[in-house]
Amino acid sequence: MAEKNALSPEVKERLRKGFSEDWRKELRKSIPAKERMKMRRQKMPEREPEERNKDFHEVNLGLNEKAAVREAQRCLDCANPQCILGCPVGIDIPAFIKLIEIGDFVQSVRKIKETNSLPAICGRVCPQESQCEAVCTTKKATGVSVAIGNLERFASDYERIKGEVYIPSIPPSTGHKVAIIGAGPAGLTAAGDLAMKGHQVTIFEALHEAGGVLVYGIPEFRLPKGILQSEVDYLKKLGVELRTNFIVGLTATIDDLKREGFEAFFIGSGAGLPSFMRIPGENLVGVYSANEYLTRVNLMRAYAFPKYDTPVYLGKRAAVIGGGNVAMDSVRTAQRLGAEKATIVYRRSLVEMPARVEEVKHAEEEGIEFHFLTAPVRYIGDDKGRVRAMECIQMRLGEPDSSGRRRPVPIEGSEFTMEVDLVVVAIGQSPNPLIPQTTPQLKVGKWGNIEVDWDTMATSMEGVYAGGDIIRGGATVILAMGDARIAADSIHQYLSNKKRK
Amino acid sequence: MAKILKRERLVPNIHLLKVHAPKIAQKCKPGQFVIIMPDERGERIPLTVADWDKKEGSITTVVMVVGTSTHKLARLKSGDEVPVFVGPLGKPSEIEKFGTVICAGGCFGIGAIYPVARAMKEAGNRVITLIDVKANYLLYWEDKLREVSDEVYISARDSYYDCKNYIPKVLGEILKDKKRVDRVFSVGCTYLMYTCAEATRAYGIKTLVALNPIMVDGTGMCGACRVSVDGRTKFACVDGPEFDGHLVDWEELFSRRKTYFDDEIESLCYWERENFP
Repeated sequence: MAEKNALSPEVKERLRKGFSEDWRKELRKSIPAKERMKMRRQKMPEREPEERNKDFHEVNLGLNEKAAVREAQRCLDCANPQCILGCPVGIDIPAFIKLIEIGDFVQSVRKIKETNSLPAICGRVCPQESQCEAVCTTKKATGVSVAIGNLERFASDYERIKGEVYIPSIPPSTGHKVAIIGAGPAGLTAAGDLAMKGHQVTIFEALHEAGGVLVYGIPEFRLPKGILQSEVDYLKKLGVELRTNFIVGLTATIDDLKREGFEAFFIGSGAGLPSFMRIPGENLVGVYSANEYLTRVNLMRAYAFPKYDTPVYLGKRAAVIGGGNVAMDSVRTAQRLGAEKATIVYRRSLVEMPARVEEVKHAEEEGIEFHFLTAPVRYIGDDKGRVRAMECIQMRLGEPDSSGRRRPVPIEGSEFTMEVDLVVVAIGQSPNPLIPQTTPQLKVGKWGNIEVDWDTMATSMEGVYAGGDIIRGGATVILAMGDARIAADSIHQYLSNKKRK
Repeated sequence: MAKILKRERLVPNIHLLKVHAPKIAQKCKPGQFVIIMPDERGERIPLTVADWDKKEGSITTVVMVVGTSTHKLARLKSGDEVPVFVGPLGKPSEIEKFGTVICAGGCFGIGAIYPVARAMKEAGNRVITLIDVKANYLLYWEDKLREVSDEVYISARDSYYDCKNYIPKVLGEILKDKKRVDRVFSVGCTYLMYTCAEATRAYGIKTLVALNPIMVDGTGMCGACRVSVDGRTKFACVDGPEFDGHLVDWEELFSRRKTYFDDEIESLCYWERENFP
């Protein structure tokens, strides 16, 4: 898959200009780099594990102004900032951090919003340690990166809490109608970018709330719904129209929408059918896909049952299969819903876990147990068809596979049984089948993913672009947003060329 | 928000719900379903479409009152609005000229079977409709179904109708009479569909059942509705809802449908306490 690894000349020029502005020069001089490198990374304040693992309120509390400025001082404002390359949406990271350093928090968030319409979300859920923070110059020099994600979160929270959300001026309407399919991270990003270019944007969302995985998947304790709501409100203020309960492909096809005057399309329909391991007992009662488990709790508010009508199975001994962020979200949710024992069962070891470091740390602090190098081989039910136990096998790590991670190999004779009454399978999903099923002109890959030209995100249909999990299968919020930015640029180009014709 | 055009009690515990949904009415085909949420706190409930009117822009469904959310639906008045009414979902029924087709429906399935029977008739089939009710006072839409059927049999647990019986017995008798039947289509409660499939198994007549597992999103995302068909896991919302009844793992479906049995009672008690103190 193509990742951006070079900046365009215009972007480079813009960054250079920012870098050589007088105030930046002075600021660099005001504290010598040596002093900056001596400063300790500011700790993200968080709620105590014993308190937070019983409710759904946010775990991280956010840096205060003083801590944010201190943290911003750690950034060397280096001449060759790699962090920007590490960011899938190419935020001008040194610029926004230096604005925090001088205390201009409002300008700081505006700087971020030039390239990212959802900073309060990214500041919370991006895997910064493997992106911008991984290549941070301060990290190279001192071993500890600047807390870029925490600063992004700080700036956007500051703006929201102070109630000074800035609405940029939008160019006059181009008169072009663009349809965005899916109100998840990709769709919201594409909608924001295109609205800022003066296009008339409508988002079609199948569910009853906007947000996609941000609302049905990521729990309140990691991303409060109020934050998502204010990001969606921001898009509405940019002129984006949101139509929920509308399934493109079924309620109306892409061709129907063309007849209604939509000229370009972005498909961000996201995740589809959850993957299972095809082992005996997977359809027993009490065995969930992570998608269903989290959707019941988050979107349908099963945590507030019976005030809300949708129930969820409350396990006392919960096991979550998988090692990604979704697995961490599921296991911490199970614990918050009253599981006495909540366990991660992962077939590789800690170092191979794809989850964000912070999520694993939080889970450990909250008392989640980890069974590494373990995989289920079958689920055992009681006489009512409910899961009561899980037979597992132990693994050892063999040679690296195509993903570069060492392949788990079962150890013969190592089977053991674990008592469980709730299992959540969090091993990924395939792209949503509805658009491919109902749009035969679209070229689809062997995993059911829509095929795109990775430079432009163009699909095989003219004027139709795609990004996020519908092309990747299962990825992250920020990669989906990165795709959406590229696609939005391409759509803008497409519409501009069309106009000239 | 979708506007309720009409809500009426057809028979005790079964209600007709007609909703303003012009886009869905344009697209709807026999065998498809919609998902409705009665209010912001409700569950997302799948309902098979029982009729539609493109001109009026309406979708008609038949609801059986079971849990909290369906109780809420049964109390809607025309002019009320529901926050979610989305569709059409699922794959449409396979409609073609098979020859003789039996359409068998019970409880809410009497309504759900109607568009299929009508389409089968329009496609040139000889349509035999079997209606199952617990008792005579639970029968509805007999006239509508007679209009689109060549023959109609009604079975009930009381002695009021043709036979004091249960639907599979009627089905079995028709098949035993060596009447040529090319396809059977069954919709209703899980037990009814199961018994219909069992009745035709020995004759090897393809029997389609419109399964009704628990769903959440209904768009192929969550996997709540998975059913085992021919040893493979299928998702009823996007692969179905119709499957070959001879290949369905019925035991699994029965147990999965009972997942929230206790919760449903708790929820209903809570709702009654809150609303009818």
